[in-house]
Amino acid sequence: MDFAGAYSPDNLRFLADGLKLTLYVAAVSIVLSFVFGTIVGTLRYMRVPVLSPVLAVIVETLRNLPLLLIIFFIQFALPEIGFKFTVTAGVITALTLFEAAMISEIVRAGLQSIPKGQTEAARSSGLGTYQTLRYIVLPQGLRRMVPPLVSQFISLLKDTSLAVIVALAELMHNAQIVMAQNHNYPIPILLLIALVYFAINYTLSLLSRRLEARTT
Amino acid sequence: MLDFSILTNHLPEYGEGFLNTIKASVFALLGSFVLGTIIAVFRISGFKPLRLIGAAYVEFIRNIPILIVVLFFFLGLPSLGFKLDGFQAGTLGLTVYTAAFIAEAIRAGIQSVPAGQTEAARSSGMTYMQTMLHVVLPQAIKLVIPPLSNQFINLIKNSSVLTIVSGFDLMYFADIISSETYVTFSTYIFAAVFYLLLTLPLSFAALALEKRLARSA
Amino acid sequence: MTKRTKKMSAVLLAGLFSLSALLGACSTTGGTNASGEAAGSAGSQLDAIKERGKLVVGVKYDTKLFGLKDPASGEVQGFDVDMAHALAKSILGDESKVELKEVTSKTRIPMLNNGDIDMVVATMTITDERKKEVDFSDVYFQAGQSLLVKKGSPIAGIDDVTADTTVMASKGATSIANIEAKVPGVKVLQFDNYQDAFNALKAGQGDALTTDDAILYGMAAQDPNYEVVGEPFSDEPYGIAVKKGETTLVEAVNKGLADMKSDGSYNEMYKKWIGKEPAAE
Repeated sequence: MDFAGAYSPDNLRFLADGLKLTLYVAAVSIVLSFVFGTIVGTLRYMRVPVLSPVLAVIVETLRNLPLLLIIFFIQFALPEIGFKFTVTAGVITALTLFEAAMISEIVRAGLQSIPKGQTEAARSSGLGTYQTLRYIVLPQGLRRMVPPLVSQFISLLKDTSLAVIVALAELMHNAQIVMAQNHNYPIPILLLIALVYFAINYTLSLLSRRLEARTT
Repeated sequence: MLDFSILTNHLPEYGEGFLNTIKASVFALLGSFVLGTIIAVFRISGFKPLRLIGAAYVEFIRNIPILIVVLFFFLGLPSLGFKLDGFQAGTLGLTVYTAAFIAEAIRAGIQSVPAGQTEAARSSGMTYMQTMLHVVLPQAIKLVIPPLSNQFINLIKNSSVLTIVSGFDLMYFADIISSETYVTFSTYIFAAVFYLLLTLPLSFAALALEKRLARSA
Repeated sequence: MTKRTKKMSAVLLAGLFSLSALLGACSTTGGTNASGEAAGSAGSQLDAIKERGKLVVGVKYDTKLFGLKDPASGEVQGFDVDMAHALAKSILGDESKVELKEVTSKTRIPMLNNGDIDMVVATMTITDERKKEVDFSDVYFQAGQSLLVKKGSPIAGIDDVTADTTVMASKGATSIANIEAKVPGVKVLQFDNYQDAFNALKAGQGDALTTDDAILYGMAAQDPNYEVVGEPFSDEPYGIAVKKGETTLVEAVNKGLADMKSDGSYNEMYKKWIGKEPAAE
């Protein structure tokens, strides 16, 4: 093991470049998958004819496949039938699809956890379907969704590391390049990037706990 | 659009990968169940150092990518004098990673058993071990089964990281087939079907089980 | 209660958006953006390149001497990279009009066929199998397959490789079929790129790493505990690959290669990276 050599300024700068791309890809995918996941989850909750069953099939398929396969498939198989992506866009698309499927399930479960009595009361007091959803179900449901949503976001950040297989220059990819410099580098480098992922994700989970404590 | 000759010409490769994916997932499930139970017991033990070890394990592992754990066993351990091949390192990595999640599920299950029961068992002369084994764990298991089945599905999906350490799993063989045939779309569609053959039935079973437990509760 | 929840979720969302906007701003420097998207199939690829004013080339980022991303400078350097610049000079009149994209042995043909890149200059051996998928230029580098081992290894050449030897290789490389033909039953472990394969060799996961000698010399230069052993046991003529049917582009590349050879710039490039004059043809 060679900590001093592995943590040379050049190597650290190179890893920081990777981290920047990791955070960028994660942030964009979190926002997109949250938006799409909420829409899909709400549509499935509302049991829209035709649309909801179709979404159910898509969600179940995506949820039950390895993300690694989805990333590779989007990058290299979809172009065979005419859909092209740059590497960054392909990874963001794959992460968004997969995580949106997971998030839609969280949203649907959150909405379904609101007792039927409340929606019936709202409806009978003259609120429309949309208003009931907007003012009664969503606000309460969202609060219950915060902890599972944050842990899904943490998963997403961890999952960006799978983009190594399409050679996206994120943290994991750059770490592998640094590790190849010397056979004493793998443990120091793996330890360092593990601590980086941990610091970010643990902070997120602490924030989520505080948010949860404040709202209940 | 789908080239079925890929499937028929490469059935042995798909088959070998499929079997290895099942093997890795089953070994890792058994291993992570044992390890996860130990960690869970650590986390609720009355002895503070054990509690800290348990908490540190769960928080650290849950917040890092599985690939780091697998690469640690594949690339890192040899520099400390232990050598594991890609399949072993991958399966061990899956085990260590999944154990953190299973520990949390089991802990939640154990803590859902009312404290009064433990106290009653202890005061009727049972040791801590006996109370755990005969009173708490049997009840906790019921609550633990749905999250466990979800973890098993995650395990199968996560086992695809074996391809990165040359672990001869389904994804590895899909990579090999596509680089030999230059056919990407069909190769990975068939690989996806093989994964779904494993995960979809489990998914539906988990859902049915959850519903039944919810009704009986 | 509802009001507070609403406020909270609004804050959460606003935070996420601003975070991503912030990161979006800083990533444009380092990310691979759509600006380099190669043109579609309308017209010839050569016309598309000239219209765009930029050549999008797939090179390796993990192969010393040919295409290696240097952690210190963040630049990709090597023979293939210089070749890409020289071709830009020949085709577009300006050697700086190049956008490099990272490819691996596994991804280079899909990326070419998908239109992500105009051409592959990435230690790619010309084979009959690959000729069915892509079109190749004339040979621009003559390599041969060899073995990299840890110094002191009992393996001193291909004759020492037996069915009990474990050999590492990169997914999608010709070296796999070659060594399997030479040594029936040899155990081959395939990795996503050479860096991963070299990491695995260093971790003792196998006895030797096999690929073209030129790549192996680069690895040995990277870590002096490893050496290339034995004579090359195959011919690996490297070609520049373009999309099938782009004959005008192949002609332009071949003309560029011929000019480089006649004006001496090819020899210079070869000497700069390989350290000796190219063998006479």
